[in-house]
Amino acid sequence: MTPLLEVRGLETHFRARDGLGIVRAVNGVSFTLNAGATVGIVGESGCGKSTLARSILRLVEPVSGEIVFDGEDVRALNAKRLSALRRHMQIVFQDPYASLDPRQSVGGILAEPLEIHRIGDRASRRARVLELLGLVGLDAEAANKFPHEFSGGQRQRIGIARALALSPKLIVADEPVSALDVSIQSQILNLLVGLRERLGLSYLFISHDLAVVEHISDWVLVMYLGRIVESGPVEAIYARPSHPYTQALIAAIPQSALRREANRSVPTGDVPEGDVPDPENPPSGCPFHPRCPKAMARCTTEFPEERPVAGSSTDHVVSCHLF
Amino acid sequence: MIPKEGAAAPLLSIEDLAVSFGTEGGRVRVVENVGLRILPGQALGLVGESGSGKSVTAMSVMRLLPSPPSRVESGRILFRGQDLLQLSAGAMRAVRGDRIGMIFQEPMTSLNPTFTVGFQIAEALALHGKVRGAAARERAAALLERVGVGPPARRLRQYPHELSGGLRQRVMMAIALACDPDLLIADEPTTALDVTIQAQILELIARLRAELAMSVLLITHDLGVVAEVCDLVAVMYAGRIVEQAPPALLFAAPRHPYTLGLMKSAPKLGERVKLLPTIPGMVPPPGRRGSGCAFVGRCFRASARCAVEVPPFEPVGPTHEAACWNPLQ
Repeated sequence: MTPLLEVRGLETHFRARDGLGIVRAVNGVSFTLNAGATVGIVGESGCGKSTLARSILRLVEPVSGEIVFDGEDVRALNAKRLSALRRHMQIVFQDPYASLDPRQSVGGILAEPLEIHRIGDRASRRARVLELLGLVGLDAEAANKFPHEFSGGQRQRIGIARALALSPKLIVADEPVSALDVSIQSQILNLLVGLRERLGLSYLFISHDLAVVEHISDWVLVMYLGRIVESGPVEAIYARPSHPYTQALIAAIPQSALRREANRSVPTGDVPEGDVPDPENPPSGCPFHPRCPKAMARCTTEFPEERPVAGSSTDHVVSCHLF
Repeated sequence: MIPKEGAAAPLLSIEDLAVSFGTEGGRVRVVENVGLRILPGQALGLVGESGSGKSVTAMSVMRLLPSPPSRVESGRILFRGQDLLQLSAGAMRAVRGDRIGMIFQEPMTSLNPTFTVGFQIAEALALHGKVRGAAARERAAALLERVGVGPPARRLRQYPHELSGGLRQRVMMAIALACDPDLLIADEPTTALDVTIQAQILELIARLRAELAMSVLLITHDLGVVAEVCDLVAVMYAGRIVEQAPPALLFAAPRHPYTLGLMKSAPKLGERVKLLPTIPGMVPPPGRRGSGCAFVGRCFRASARCAVEVPPFEPVGPTHEAACWNPLQ
């Protein structure tokens, strides 16, 4: 398979609130996304998953590392070339209402990316808008309405249609179903799966929901405090969750005990105590050690290098001294 | 433990509650014919999607709905035999925060940002004439310890913004529990929290409920959450209760097609399917719910009768009730 996106050693830092220190929001992240595949990023708030996504699109600027998209070095591009490249990588946000201009008709919202990139004339843009509405399961008359006239699920369909306007290769979806009711969530997930197949899309799919990530992803990255602590093919991660944090995330899913019984047995940990540490003052060594039930002396001083999980898929890796 | 039916008088009994809201298009009923009973020590989960009326029901019990635009059209809310809807504002204030505690989804909006944690817990105690001064501070520290916020001496001096979301929710819990309430109403208490923190808060609710022998009314959109905490689950759809049963029974054998649809449409760990089962369409808005079952337009079992006549909420088993003309077997 051809890699569509390769990220190597990516670092994105923010200035801390006191103005002196730095927050390593993305701290040495590497992964590969193959064409037509979906990489799921899972983690709790503050783990850096959204910053990672925005860094790849250069909506925030990384400080070091490599991003290669479709053979191009994204970090080396000037503004003009970057703008051209962004046609091929689009983003869908969690809250479609906040990301849609309330004063523009849906037709206007969907035509705007085409206008910005000077694609087609009025008539062909109009035709494309109708085509996009059809792709996401909305009626043609939606073009003349405004965002407030739609429900949350329909607004997310509009957000997806806008992301598709320029026929991108990659869609970065940042918690696209988190704000939706369960019955609407499944409709949107099915839409995303259908579009992936029909249009040959690749997704970078960010979610805090492990079941949603398992459902849609081929490959999974588990993030904690700016680092990937476990990654691999989806089957391997969910059959053998190996990092104590991954195990804790699975154990914490409400009623997961019942679900496991019904489905299969996977090793899980205990729900960790305490809060996620302040990213401005991350713990030394392994960032999870203060909450980890299996922490050893070594974990407090030394960050664990990535190691393969013995007996699992060869590309299933974990950053933990237990391995 | 599920208290046996008839073993005790219910602590809370909602009978035939209907609530309407005034809108530009006239009055619309958002809650209709809702009946719920919570026995002493029992935990009841009220589950539904947005707009189902679950929060309106909870807020009606607390009499916290602004009126206008809201209006109770009918019904009684009996708490320890007394109809809360008939109480004077003053008498209701004595119940609220004293006999009934409440926690909300976003603790930051219910905590006052300008006062310390200690002040706000002590205030709840003073308001209900419990204790003041040094005794109140001592009791506040004990409450923080009980909800797992340590070290209490330091936390009492902190302001809400200095705490994480999980700790804030624990502080809310300390305030809600300050007067040893008989009933805790928790409205989406974990929805804004990360999963590991959610699990901690659910554990805390379950533990405190046992320790304090209090009843719990838990409002949530997440069927998994009720399974963790509740003895009984009531499912709401479009303003009405459509099904009620103990969680294990409800999940094993749902009788209402909406409950089944809700359960099936959530992706489940370890079950990879290409496409998820869905409930077609969306919830009809209040005022456009027709004269029959509000689910009729989305239901795979709908028959002619469903469109014209509201199905009664009635027993379909010893501990199982549903409102459906064509219940699942």
